[in-house]
Amino acid sequence: MALGTLGDRRTKDRVAREIMNRKADPTGALFQVAVLFALLLALAILVLLLQDVVRGSWPVLSERPGDFLSAELRTRADETGVFQPLRGTFWIGVFVVVLAFPIGIGAAIYLEEYATDNRFSRFVDLNIRNLAGVPSVVYGILGFTIFVRFADGFFPGSVGDHAGKTTAAAGVTLAVLVLPIVIITSSEAIRAVPRELRDGAFGMGATKSQAIRSQILPYAAPGILTGTLLSLTRALGEAAPLILVGAVTGKLGPNTGFLELEQLGEKFTALPITIANFAGRPGEDWEQVTSAAIVVLLVMVLMANAVAILLRNRYEKKRR
Amino acid sequence: MSEPTLVAAGLSVETLSAPPRRQRRERLVQRVLFVAAGVSLLISALIVFSLVREAWTFMAEVDWNLVWGDKWAPRLGEYDLKTLVVGSLIVTTIAMMLAIPCGLGSAIYLAEYASPRVRSILKPTLEILAGVPSVVLGFFALAWISPNIVQALFDSAGLFNLAAAGLGVGVLTIPLMASVAEDALNSVPRELREASAGLGAKKVTTSLRVVLPAAVSGLVAAGIIGVSRAIGETMVVFIAAGGGGNVATFTVSPLDAGSTMTAAMASQASGTDSVAGEALTFQSLFFVGLVLFVITLCLNLLAGRFVRRVREQY
Repeated sequence: MALGTLGDRRTKDRVAREIMNRKADPTGALFQVAVLFALLLALAILVLLLQDVVRGSWPVLSERPGDFLSAELRTRADETGVFQPLRGTFWIGVFVVVLAFPIGIGAAIYLEEYATDNRFSRFVDLNIRNLAGVPSVVYGILGFTIFVRFADGFFPGSVGDHAGKTTAAAGVTLAVLVLPIVIITSSEAIRAVPRELRDGAFGMGATKSQAIRSQILPYAAPGILTGTLLSLTRALGEAAPLILVGAVTGKLGPNTGFLELEQLGEKFTALPITIANFAGRPGEDWEQVTSAAIVVLLVMVLMANAVAILLRNRYEKKRR
Repeated sequence: MSEPTLVAAGLSVETLSAPPRRQRRERLVQRVLFVAAGVSLLISALIVFSLVREAWTFMAEVDWNLVWGDKWAPRLGEYDLKTLVVGSLIVTTIAMMLAIPCGLGSAIYLAEYASPRVRSILKPTLEILAGVPSVVLGFFALAWISPNIVQALFDSAGLFNLAAAGLGVGVLTIPLMASVAEDALNSVPRELREASAGLGAKKVTTSLRVVLPAAVSGLVAAGIIGVSRAIGETMVVFIAAGGGGNVATFTVSPLDAGSTMTAAMASQASGTDSVAGEALTFQSLFFVGLVLFVITLCLNLLAGRFVRRVREQY
């Protein structure tokens, strides 16, 4: 065969076979199968989980989908809905977007664009990395000790044992929980901006803040968006800190609409809390209701996740 | 342009510097961003403050004989820490028995074997698994893993058991471990693989004898991060291990119901409106939180050291 046809795919394959696989390599094949099996096992569990939950939720979601979303929490499995938990989860998301996103992105800009490599910035960096590894229950203790007390002063209307254990305190706690993740992912996105872009902006006479606004942030935006979306889904699925902050599973305060601001000072619950509570109740009907609530949560969380991952892959491919 | 010509043209360094208003704005922006970065320090300080204040009261006033008993029942004044620590150890060990082979195997497959096409499908799917909230895994551990795996294999296991919780935590840890381990494998330079192949090594030999040893620091870091995550996981254990009623008896069997440090904190805070009981019941929550915080902090610092070593190497 002529050398000129080496680019030909079949020739290449044959040459590769000649070099690599002269003899059969059973150990190699076995190893490859083993590591592939490890990956497929993880994915199989995911499929099994989704299938189990969707099948379990079917009786509820096919019979009364609208009612399940709009009904309040009740003590009977065939009457209960997830309106208040959905509302709580929505407002927690609002707090994360309003607090964690700007502060986190701002901190990332400072660390990547302004901070010089000195002892202070290295300490801040180490501190953020460690904060990201602090277990979520411990953030619950922070919320319970600090934010609940603040909220108590802020919303004197809420009384009794529930003083301060409000939607606002829960929202701030989870915003603080995801802040390190927002900072780390945004930092990575900003670090990936090519140097030439900055130099070009400075060469045109831009100040640092102008270069950041007009060049660096737009370029890093997809990466930042991915990171912030992932951190948002983390907050929406989190339950442990909310238990510490004092989420209620039973009687809630006066019922307000979805968007009314006064509930920020009221007792709260959230979708993950409700799921944990439902999961502990015996009987097949409660199992179905739990599955249905999980499907609602998964639809929100996994959709946002999938969007974030697709977005990232798309831009990674474009830039290469 | 030399300096005399600049002076002749009436230019000086001052002419080139930005007008004061613009400079003031620049300084303001920098200051605001600096404060944003400082928030993280404030948060750390507040976490330590809120843990230590009440935990100190506990440590100063508690009868230490009660901290080494046979059950964790804070409302009854029994604070056996070893029940919770051993519970955490059991759950973490079982989780790692699933997550280390699975996570490491996935990482090796994705980094060494998968074609770009296959990788572009499998990797995002694994990342979706990372996004499943822990309450969902908790329900799955209780409603599926416990009856279909643990109880099917061991007749003596109850519905609530530490083994099912451990497996659930393990599933939750797989994507994290796979992701950190894959980063470590990818940071091994291509030249090492090519040199190994050039010497006639088979693919499996290259992977096991060249790439894995070269990436060992990163793989150890992945393991430590996984352990830290597993110890800190709350909801799976809270739902599936049944340390319910806020009482856990000391056990070394994974087939028994039990509790971990995290789940004990959650169950103590839930159920009633106010944490009441013996004099130090309330403070014991903070004490357990402090122990947990110190353990995970040490693990994270250790993992950070290993990760840095990888970066310095290549």
